Amino acid sequence: MIEFQNVKKRYESKKQTVEALKGIDLIVEKGDIFGVVGYSGAGKSTLIRLVNLLERPSEGEILVNGKALTSLKPKDLRAEKKKIGMIFQHFNLLNSKTVFDNVAMPLILSGTPVKEIQTRVNELLEFVGLLGKAKNYPEQLSGGQKQRIGIARALATNPSILLCDEATSALDPQTTSAVLQLLKKVNQEYNITILLITHEMSVIREICNKVAVMEGGRIVEQGPVFDVFAKPQTEIAQNFVRTVIHDEIPKSFKSQAAGNPIIWKINFIGANSGKPLLSTVAKQFDVDLNVLSANISEIQETPFGNLIIEVTGEESEIKKAYDYIQAENILVQEVRIHE
Amino acid sequence: MNNTLWGMEITAEQLLTGFGDTLYMVALSLLFSVVIGLPLGILLVITRNGHILENKWVFNVLNPVINILRSVPFIILLVALIPFTRFVVGTAIGTNAAIVPLIFYAAPYIARLVENSLLEVDKGIIEAAEAMGATTWQIIFRFLIPEGLSSLVLTFTTATIGLVGASAMAGAVGAGGVGDLALSYGYQRFDTMTMIVTVAALVVIVQLLQSTGNIVSKKIRRR
Repeated sequence: MIEFQNVKKRYESKKQTVEALKGIDLIVEKGDIFGVVGYSGAGKSTLIRLVNLLERPSEGEILVNGKALTSLKPKDLRAEKKKIGMIFQHFNLLNSKTVFDNVAMPLILSGTPVKEIQTRVNELLEFVGLLGKAKNYPEQLSGGQKQRIGIARALATNPSILLCDEATSALDPQTTSAVLQLLKKVNQEYNITILLITHEMSVIREICNKVAVMEGGRIVEQGPVFDVFAKPQTEIAQNFVRTVIHDEIPKSFKSQAAGNPIIWKINFIGANSGKPLLSTVAKQFDVDLNVLSANISEIQETPFGNLIIEVTGEESEIKKAYDYIQAENILVQEVRIHE
Repeated sequence: MNNTLWGMEITAEQLLTGFGDTLYMVALSLLFSVVIGLPLGILLVITRNGHILENKWVFNVLNPVINILRSVPFIILLVALIPFTRFVVGTAIGTNAAIVPLIFYAAPYIARLVENSLLEVDKGIIEAAEAMGATTWQIIFRFLIPEGLSSLVLTFTTATIGLVGASAMAGAVGAGGVGDLALSYGYQRFDTMTMIVTVAALVVIVQLLQSTGNIVSKKIRRR
């Protein structure tokens, strides 16, 4: 669907050369909602702009639907671009045109007959739930509504891919959630592959099935969203995961704890999270369990919980309890306040 | 002293003719200046670094040429262009002859103003157009100009008012017009009343132009 093959991008000026992308390999498959997450300056913005050649790669190849866009003639390239929709952080709607005309624009550019435009635009406005705003101007709309119009416009030419460039970064949390649900609907109802970039891990958690973490022009970690959330490998991925899943030992406990208590971090994944683990352990073994922090969230509609408990008791009993949990196929890890 | 008005040395007919001449000169030179200046202004925008038709050569030639033309004082342009004007119009004297230097004066001015107006258009909108697979022409006529139109209207208003001012000096080549009356009667013959009336007339013209421009621009903006 979208394939990056060792793609590099350099920005050259007289004074210096900045390497924004240092060799990107990435495959986005049909039907994916693929999220690229990274701090600003990581190169994710450059990455998404390379897909529809808003920027050209310095090296490497990008295949979109099996075609290398860089080798196409301008006319063929424009035709291919019509199969790739794009939405933007600041919406980029024409302020001088009505909502209707904004959505109609891609169709007007392709010379679509007026009647067809009428039907298609109304269909799209209904899909994004803004049929009543057809005659309004973008300035009369809220940020969330503007992004819905952006989505409608991006879908006008029936693309197979939708690129989302920080599409929710200018929106408040509630509106963000609504727009993300709309994107999910786009993915499911029209079977459109989505590539999005964001600096918010919550966006990834909410709609993506795959994620790539970027840092310094490289992809440092990628995989199914669930795997990256459950076992982030790199430090930066761990930091991102921590922004939505809090698995730190509470500060108040740290400061008051006497000695160096034994603390377990337990991750429940999927069906495991339904088991009454703690009470079983407390009954079977002579240990006391003190819950310091617990939360369960859903990633990809699979429950994902983590629990931080303080364990006290005889060393041998603690070891037995630990082995029991591990045997249950539950991720447990011993941590100490003082290393 | 037949037909004089309010004690002026000029007749009402002279004043009316003056109005007519000014209108004629400004309208015609504006038309040609826009025809020349608008495309140049658009070129200045789209050929600059990072824009849709990036072209160092075109930009680096056009940019200083416009600056040079803009730095020549109009009265000197008027005289310097006499041979060229004679070649184009057939004469270097009169209202038609004044139109040529007026175009040389206003076209680069308009090019620069158009450039400024169109640079105000959000780059994101151009990016969206490129992402949609729009052609260069489509980007100019469907995105750049409609988005900059409100600002362009104000630009043309400014240019028109500039032309009204410049046309007053065109009296130097016998072009006539309200400004010429103010200079040759009001200023050179110390006819205070003519001075007051003609200047007041110019003030009214400029005010009308500016208000119209503002209203039209606002209407386009629809905000």
